[in-house]
Amino acid sequence: MLAMDFRGPKRVRASQKPMPEIKHPEDAIVRVTRTCICGSDLHLYNGNVPDTRVGMTFGHEFTGIVEEIGSEVTKLKVGDHVLVPFNIACGKCIFCKQGLFGNCHESNPEATAVGGIFGYSHTAGGHNGGQAEYARVPYANVGPTVIPPGMDPDDAVLLTDVVPTGYQAAEMAGIQKGDTVVVFGAGPVGIMAARCAWLFGAGRVIIIDHIDYRLEFARNYANCEAYNFRELEDPVLFIKKTTDWIGADVCIDAVGAEAAGNAMQTITGRKLLLQAGSATAVHWAINAVRKGGVVSIVGVYGPTDNLVPIGNVLNKGLTIRANQASVKRLLPRLIEHVQNGVLNPKGLITHRIPLEEVADGYRIFSAKLDNCIKPVLISPSAGI
Amino acid sequence: MQTITRDPNLLPGWGIDADPDNDPTYPMRQRTPEDHDGYSWVRPTQQPITVEVLHSNERPNVSAVFGTSSPPSGLSGIIRRFAFNYSENSYLHWLPLLFADRVNVVEGIVEDLAHGKVPNIWAEKGYKAQWKYDRVGMLEKIAAAALVTTAAVFVLSRKSAPKKHSRSAR
Repeated sequence: MLAMDFRGPKRVRASQKPMPEIKHPEDAIVRVTRTCICGSDLHLYNGNVPDTRVGMTFGHEFTGIVEEIGSEVTKLKVGDHVLVPFNIACGKCIFCKQGLFGNCHESNPEATAVGGIFGYSHTAGGHNGGQAEYARVPYANVGPTVIPPGMDPDDAVLLTDVVPTGYQAAEMAGIQKGDTVVVFGAGPVGIMAARCAWLFGAGRVIIIDHIDYRLEFARNYANCEAYNFRELEDPVLFIKKTTDWIGADVCIDAVGAEAAGNAMQTITGRKLLLQAGSATAVHWAINAVRKGGVVSIVGVYGPTDNLVPIGNVLNKGLTIRANQASVKRLLPRLIEHVQNGVLNPKGLITHRIPLEEVADGYRIFSAKLDNCIKPVLISPSAGI
Repeated sequence: MQTITRDPNLLPGWGIDADPDNDPTYPMRQRTPEDHDGYSWVRPTQQPITVEVLHSNERPNVSAVFGTSSPPSGLSGIIRRFAFNYSENSYLHWLPLLFADRVNVVEGIVEDLAHGKVPNIWAEKGYKAQWKYDRVGMLEKIAAAALVTTAAVFVLSRKSAPKKHSRSAR
């Protein structure tokens, strides 16, 4: 089968690989119908996540048709069209039982700090991902969810990560009616976080980025204010001024390790890898939020150390919440929102790229070429 | 530069998930008494371990399910095995893993060549797309790289010149 093949930092290709096999009684094999490149794939693509081994297939956002099931799979049948949450979760461990499906303890032997994630390095379990014609889906009774009749597959594929992550960013922030919410990062997740902030009753939503076309997209899609930090004297100072010198009630970091905007962070975090990525966005979030405010982090950082202004967290009495989205927990509500027209996930998709051209897809997305917001890869076997 | 937000009440779904009890400054944990027993849940069936699986020393075992994407091998595998002697709290875990990744890249090229495949670096880096959508930027980068290289060669050759001169003077 054809699959994305990681060859090293900024080097990927589509290669012929062996078909995935059932390796556990709760496994399913799916024929991938849609798969995306995610902003967090770029951390792998750029070589920032440890234990990203040559030969891996990335891709944690995908939908597919069930081709084969293991002997203990009871919730799915061959032929079902499913959306597959990016977290691999057993449903039985202490964390899954609390709804923390993003923190499963039975899907990743390599690290205890993160659960298993499709196509996300061996630090997240060494599971091959969905940027392929076929994928192995462990714990098929837990994560995969049958796509409701009538739902567009383009909407469904964004329910595997982008929509739940953006929604959980807003949920973790505990937004109260009338709150001013600042989102750092106008990538797909940041835009979705801004859109979802309204669902929790935000009174004002501001998004900060440095790419004009993304800011324009965010203005239109999320109905929010959008500012280019390169045109501001200082983004934190700007937030203070525009909130009557108080600060935002909530700041959301939807950037993670690849943040631009601070030379020291860029050099130590992105270039020299002495930090787990550049912590610029989380710096700005901590410093721009009001005293007693909430900082919600969904931007992905690698392990293990980051230079963050923890003294300001203490002195300002902040609450910080952060997590990988627990997709399974959120899906029922989000499916309802999509079906009712409250959310329009597929509106984020700007590019449809054949899997064979995966290298160009990564380049377009990572270099922010051709006004790309969200690319979808279509495999030759997709069929739809 | 700025678009003032419309009246939020007019936005589809505004406030429909508002919940005054969702206040993260008072976190709630949904825990049962059994949860305090620690590593005590009924574990799923263990996936047969047919490849080498490195597991964190912060857990006693291999998780019930794991990926088999790229088992450790070669020199990078030796470095990875070393790294897994240290906990996730340690630089001696993560930095060797990053180093192993770089070694693994070279191993990947050697593996390609051994299989008679010459990696198409231009295509793998997606430069075709870069050329299509950002030709000017790409040419600027190439020109900048050429300039820096030329300058470096010039500076290095100037440094070495006086030595030759002083030797010949003797």
